[in-house]
Amino acid sequence: MSDIASRVKAIIVDKLGVDETEVTPAASFTNDLGADSLDTVELIMEFEKEFNIAIPDDQAENIGTVGDAISYIGENAK
Amino acid sequence: MKLRRVVVTGLGTINPIGNNIAEFWDNLEKGVSGCDKITHFDASKFKTRFACEVKNFEPKDHFDRKEARKLDLYAQYALVASKEAIEDSKLDLESEDLTRAGVIWGSGIGGINTFLEEVKGFANGDGTPRFSPFFIPKMISNIAAGHISMKFGFQGPNYNTVSACASSSQSIIDAMNYIRLGKADLFITGGSEASINEAGVGGFNSMMAMSTNNEEYKTASRPFCKTRDGFVMGEGSGCLILEELEHAQKRGAKIYAEIVGGGMSGDAYHLTATHPEGRGAISAMKMALQDANLNPEDVDYINVHGTSTPVGDIPELRALKVVFGEQIYKLNISSTKSMTGHLLGAAGSIEAIASILAMNNQTVPPTINHTEQDPEIDEKLNLTLHKAQKREIRAALSNTFGFGGHNASIIFKSFTE
Repeated sequence: MSDIASRVKAIIVDKLGVDETEVTPAASFTNDLGADSLDTVELIMEFEKEFNIAIPDDQAENIGTVGDAISYIGENAK
Repeated sequence: MKLRRVVVTGLGTINPIGNNIAEFWDNLEKGVSGCDKITHFDASKFKTRFACEVKNFEPKDHFDRKEARKLDLYAQYALVASKEAIEDSKLDLESEDLTRAGVIWGSGIGGINTFLEEVKGFANGDGTPRFSPFFIPKMISNIAAGHISMKFGFQGPNYNTVSACASSSQSIIDAMNYIRLGKADLFITGGSEASINEAGVGGFNSMMAMSTNNEEYKTASRPFCKTRDGFVMGEGSGCLILEELEHAQKRGAKIYAEIVGGGMSGDAYHLTATHPEGRGAISAMKMALQDANLNPEDVDYINVHGTSTPVGDIPELRALKVVFGEQIYKLNISSTKSMTGHLLGAAGSIEAIASILAMNNQTVPPTINHTEQDPEIDEKLNLTLHKAQKREIRAALSNTFGFGGHNASIIFKSFTE
């Protein structure tokens, strides 16, 4: 597993209080991992902090699954 | 209009001398001090380095990790006390009409821990706002009432009262009045506070309101004692289930007491000092007696605000004399803050509980830590010093007063048909 993927998963496990095995690339934050709209905002902010990037709101709207987050960060992290 | 009668059918608490009702009463009766050195933060540079903290509280024993992260400590205390009170009431929530069940909760400050952490994070950053989306919904002082309603499904009137140290007394009075008027049948009410942090202690220190007796911290909360030098901060929560009498009787509920009167007033005098003649306190107590349809001779115990400040204790006793006349020498007075410290917005809730338990046990909890008579205090008053006293208690009055000049008095009566 890539470094980015493992760091993304660690954040999700911590913030959503879910088991690591549930955090699969296809898992949706809201449908599968129990996140509400505020949880999702918090996750995006944690990704920004962890990877030192800024995720514009219109991009953040497209990050709905674990896989979405990993690929967006992979493309945009410095 | 005939007012409906309101009774207390459930109690819950977490506070510096008890993590539940049984433990609280046990320590009240024994006269145990809840004071110790501050552990919540490094207080080494603070003028006051002690407080009455809640002991042995682990959020993970009560909440899962995700839930706990979204709850400021003041809301965690609120949920813990509410759960005990609901269980104690033996209400069957499945069969209740929960649109007739409300929550009115008091907190003087709300989530000051959350506020401090979030603002500190911003101040230490580069100016980029990175506030948590949970900052506001964790901090606001109404959110405890919201959480309680979500937990138990209560869909009736729902809000918080904010009047500094009178907050939870006012929530209890409001809840009583809504039931009397038929707006609801059932309330979870009370209050919670958790402000033992750098901002809370530092802020009150700057006001010169808190004791700085770091040498004798165990006994620093010493209401009425000549050497008192300020209040000792406490934290925690008290919860009462108020219920319309017939509703309670129909389900065979255990009735702790009847809540028979509430009085409220404003000093209209000063930001922090109480009126020297106790003007607002007098009118709040008179209003409570009138509301309860009782005479001073009917009251056997007064749980005073008595915070242990040099300027606050005297006017309250003066006010008591004005309201109660000769009866003041026959009844018992005590300040349970000598044991619990001052829970600020939650003070009224745990002192209401102390008053009710005193009636149920026919025992007045003591004012501890008193060593020297203050010449300004009438020595004929029975301040229940050092040790609990057994006596008949037909009715008890509880006072709380808040910065801003907010005064609230509640009267509970032994229940009889």
